[in-house]
Amino acid sequence: MSGDPKLERIAKGNALALCATGTWTASFAPVLERMVADAEKLAGTPQNIFIDVSEVAKLDTFGAWLIERLRRSLTQGTVEAQIAGLSANYSSLVDEVRRVRATPVVDSSTITITGMLEQIGRTVAGVAGTFAGLIDMLGAVLAAGFRVLIHPRSFRLTSTVHHMEQVCWRAVPIIVLITFLIGCIIAQQGIFHFRRFGADIFVVDMLGVLVLREIGVLLVAIMVAGRSGSAYTAELGSMKMREEIDALRTMGFDPIEVLVLPRMLALVLALPILAFLGAMAALYGGGLVAWLYGGVEPEAFLLRLRDAISIDHFIVGIVKAPVMAAVIGIVACVEGLAVQGSAESLGQHTTASVVKGIFFVIVMDGVFAIFFASIGM
Amino acid sequence: MAGEIQNPIIRVRDITVQFGATRVLDGLNLDVKRGEILGFVGPSGAGKSVLTRTIIGLVPKVAGSIEVFGVDLDSSSTSQRRNVERRWGVLFQQGALFSSLTVRQNIQFPMREYLRVSQRLMDEITMAKLTMVGLKPEVAERFPSELSGGMIKRVALARALSLDPDLVFLDEPTSGLDPIGAGDFDELVRTLQRTLGLTVFMVTHDLDSLYTACDRIAVLGNGKIIAAGSMADMQASQHPWLRQYFHGKRARAVMG
Repeated sequence: MSGDPKLERIAKGNALALCATGTWTASFAPVLERMVADAEKLAGTPQNIFIDVSEVAKLDTFGAWLIERLRRSLTQGTVEAQIAGLSANYSSLVDEVRRVRATPVVDSSTITITGMLEQIGRTVAGVAGTFAGLIDMLGAVLAAGFRVLIHPRSFRLTSTVHHMEQVCWRAVPIIVLITFLIGCIIAQQGIFHFRRFGADIFVVDMLGVLVLREIGVLLVAIMVAGRSGSAYTAELGSMKMREEIDALRTMGFDPIEVLVLPRMLALVLALPILAFLGAMAALYGGGLVAWLYGGVEPEAFLLRLRDAISIDHFIVGIVKAPVMAAVIGIVACVEGLAVQGSAESLGQHTTASVVKGIFFVIVMDGVFAIFFASIGM
Repeated sequence: MAGEIQNPIIRVRDITVQFGATRVLDGLNLDVKRGEILGFVGPSGAGKSVLTRTIIGLVPKVAGSIEVFGVDLDSSSTSQRRNVERRWGVLFQQGALFSSLTVRQNIQFPMREYLRVSQRLMDEITMAKLTMVGLKPEVAERFPSELSGGMIKRVALARALSLDPDLVFLDEPTSGLDPIGAGDFDELVRTLQRTLGLTVFMVTHDLDSLYTACDRIAVLGNGKIIAAGSMADMQASQHPWLRQYFHGKRARAVMG
């Protein structure tokens, strides 16, 4: 085996020879770098310098480059440092390395005030762009919807049914379970606090109004945004990355009609169904806790529920569901189609899809609350 | 060291690979000699990529043994195996560049893991590798999604070579390149083999590559090596598939 690399200085009359020996390969790179840095300090001595590599046992790109780096830094003005004793095996490698231009790598990550201001400006413009993108997608989906109404044969029933299964049928267990638990918690908290005023029975009013008007649909919409919105974004995003969407377009298909419309329709149909099931599960859970924990008999619970709520409460809740579904779907599809080439971009847009979806769902809920309050429902 | 020169760099013995009921490789034997460029051909779906992936250890085998650099990969310890992995480079068919890293970061990724060298040296070596594979230094700060197909192949080769391996696996390196680009790539592989003393295991369909770049050719069929030898041996062979492959219309066009 060949030994550790060395770089010895031998004076030969007027000239100085640097004798490289041992193994000049990547595994010795830290040692080699230090030796070369030491030797580079010789630059400026008015001597002819030779780099003798005849004793080098093994050379790879790392070693060859370090010798070349040494040669370059020792070359000054007219005095050029020479490499001597190069074996035929390695001469082509050294020639190859000699062609490398030493371009300093520009570090573009410096933080400046103008850079920060530019970043803020870009973010603000990005927010405006988000809204424009959502409205654009809404228009495109509606246009595709009208085209399908005119030519019903172009409607993709299989795809819609498939997505219905994914976002509706398969979501039922988790949605029912979570809303059931939430109903239980609301009832338990209500009874615990109302009992101090002897107003246990009013927990039924609170549960009924809260679940039917707000919690049922809001909670389900948030879960759907996390569950199906993210799936839509990831699906469309990876199709975009593999140029599948471009392929559709070149075959004369409209990606909005083929991919987005069935997904949107499935979501708009699924969310009211899920919201209804969720509300029922929450009422059931609340009723169960009221009975077992609060001692409210089921008959009394149902009687009180009938007095406390009207069909208006139910309508207020369920009307919101398709609108929220549309918002989630549009956000998810816009983000999916905005994915660029990298895996990182896919992750960012999927996150953005869920975050924006939930944000817009809550904003829409607020808008609805103001609207229903003004029309007295 | 001296013994290693005599021994083949890859020694594959009686390898069997099975997916479900289909047997893809059936008792296959293959030797790759040190310093040669081995071209590996065979009909589509014959299992060329499967063999490559089996040698690298990505596909489990049912039976047989694989030795790389004289190390049996089944009975080797983790550190031995890491040592072997450090000495080979793989160019995947689609490049398999890390999409969230720039070209420079992609090439430096193995160096960062295996070597303790300064950022300056890594940057310089990256530039050297980019020059070697025929790319301009400006490419370094781009992301893989901003590169053309040919550039992706070149960057992937630069990454495969970043630790100065002794052995590289190339899976269809010239597929999807224009003839000039493919010719350059063959030339590049030849040059690198000469300068770095590489051993190259190249799966290819490109007849030009076989003629210009490869020292030896191995042909896969029915889960076995049908033939292995020089181009002249291949042309002299009487095997029906080989006759069709090396005497077909396209082969005649290449031979002129």
